[in-house]
Amino acid sequence: MNTLKNYAGLLTSLVVVVLIALAPIFSGNAASREVVFTILRAIVLASSLNILLGYTGYVSFGHIVFFGFGGYVGFYLITAQGQSLWVAMLAGGLVSGLLAYLLGKAILRLRGAYFALATIGVNEAVRAFINNFEPFGGPTGMTMNFSVYQQYGGAMQALEMTFYIMLVLTILVVILSYVVRTSKFGLGLLAIREDEDAAEVMGVVAPDAKTWAFVLSAIFPGMVGALFFFKNGSVEPLDAFPLHTSIEMIVMVMLGGQGTVLGPILGAAGYQRMRGLLVTSTIFKNIQLAVSGGLLLLIVLFVPAGIIGWARQRWPKWRGVLQ
Amino acid sequence: MMILQVQGVSKNFGGLQALSNVTFDLPEGQILGLIGPNGAGKTTLFNVINGVYTPSEGRVIFRDKDVTGKKTYHMAHAGMARTHQIVKPLNDLTVMENVMVGACFGREGHNLKNARKIAAEVLDFVGLNERSDQLAGSLNVGQKKRLEMARALASHPYLLLLDEVLAGLNPSEIAHMVDIVRRIREQGITIIMIEHVMHAIMNVSDRILVLDYGQQIAEGSPEEISQNPKVIEAYLGDPKLAQRLMRGGE
Repeated sequence: MNTLKNYAGLLTSLVVVVLIALAPIFSGNAASREVVFTILRAIVLASSLNILLGYTGYVSFGHIVFFGFGGYVGFYLITAQGQSLWVAMLAGGLVSGLLAYLLGKAILRLRGAYFALATIGVNEAVRAFINNFEPFGGPTGMTMNFSVYQQYGGAMQALEMTFYIMLVLTILVVILSYVVRTSKFGLGLLAIREDEDAAEVMGVVAPDAKTWAFVLSAIFPGMVGALFFFKNGSVEPLDAFPLHTSIEMIVMVMLGGQGTVLGPILGAAGYQRMRGLLVTSTIFKNIQLAVSGGLLLLIVLFVPAGIIGWARQRWPKWRGVLQ
Repeated sequence: MMILQVQGVSKNFGGLQALSNVTFDLPEGQILGLIGPNGAGKTTLFNVINGVYTPSEGRVIFRDKDVTGKKTYHMAHAGMARTHQIVKPLNDLTVMENVMVGACFGREGHNLKNARKIAAEVLDFVGLNERSDQLAGSLNVGQKKRLEMARALASHPYLLLLDEVLAGLNPSEIAHMVDIVRRIREQGITIIMIEHVMHAIMNVSDRILVLDYGQQIAEGSPEEISQNPKVIEAYLGDPKLAQRLMRGGE
């Protein structure tokens, strides 16, 4: 019972993820599966970003670059090199992690707004590079031959399989998020978030810690990118590096509660639900991004700690569960 | 054994000479008081010693190793800890977590479990144990000063740099803090303290070093310092006041 209590925060988060995924698993409804796939993707992206934004206190406005870059590399391996989806996902995660490592060494010495600006530059630079990189198809991107899906039992089966892989990735990212949050490494990140100079004086090697936080926040987006574009069947620069998705990721993290494990999960699910309603509404479909912007403004002004952060302040006794 | 040797240290920021040719040796186990008027370079000297700044000239030797130009986290790992004149609490972390950071990442690099134990001991020592689950941001100034002290102590340092831990405290808090400083020395930890509260520093220090405009104008026992004409002129002002300070306090 005691060990159960220790992991209460992790269990709550995992239960929420599984509950979200249950409906399509039981109904077998393909449309609902697509909706949940998008929500799970949002959870992976938001939870990953949270390691950097919520735990370490560094705002990345270009985090989608890891999704796009991992997606491109994975797609290339599948279509041009005939590799399996597994290799593609692994490679997508690795190259995104490597990109984050190199970027971290270069731009994580910047603080605050300067770092945020640099991340926008990085996203645009990678997109411009891919736009002009012929092996990746340049501006028109690449498409996948339908026969690729044969080795996974046909397109239908492949589609269904991607859903379950996404669910596994989501569970893994939630576990990673929890482990980081409750580890000594995580304590160092939180110290950096609160006061980087003070953290260093106490012995936190901030340059290394920040770089590894950046790497950890990039790996899963890279893997999900490879999975997503495998399912999508095509990849092009505008789909892979949409700057507004980076901003939506920030909204999700802020909405749910930055720096908590459960927050980005709820934030991603809630935001994605809202977005779905807005896109299909006749009034809001063209201005749904404006609604996100307004939402971010409201959160920052009135509930800067997000839903979970607010709940933790409101009901301190439930902090064990609401992590 | 000399725990710290500062040799000919100078620091200039553009045209401003913040420190010029400061030299002193600090034997293990002593308390060195660092006094001087505002802007004399006291905090700059701390920043050079613990790696916030690299000196423009000169060397810093800590425990027989040349540590000139090392980063603050290197100094923390080597066994040096400090408090800040303007407190730097990790506001959204609890008091306990603040102190655990010191134990986890300082000289001994403990894991979370041991760090929690050490943090509890240290919080007890500085009298903050009842606040350990409170957020650091919710403490008052006096408590934040003690938190700074606890974080520094949790790393079990060899050398502790205290930057105006008495400033802004009321008389009873000052007495409490001076008592804490004495008990830290009894544990064998060497201390350098910057302080403006004269009766406290005169009574607690083994030796005193006086800075004025970045120059080291005097060094000696508290008695010698309080009678030194240069110090009286630059800092203490009235010679009779100086003698009263020596008698008063305790």
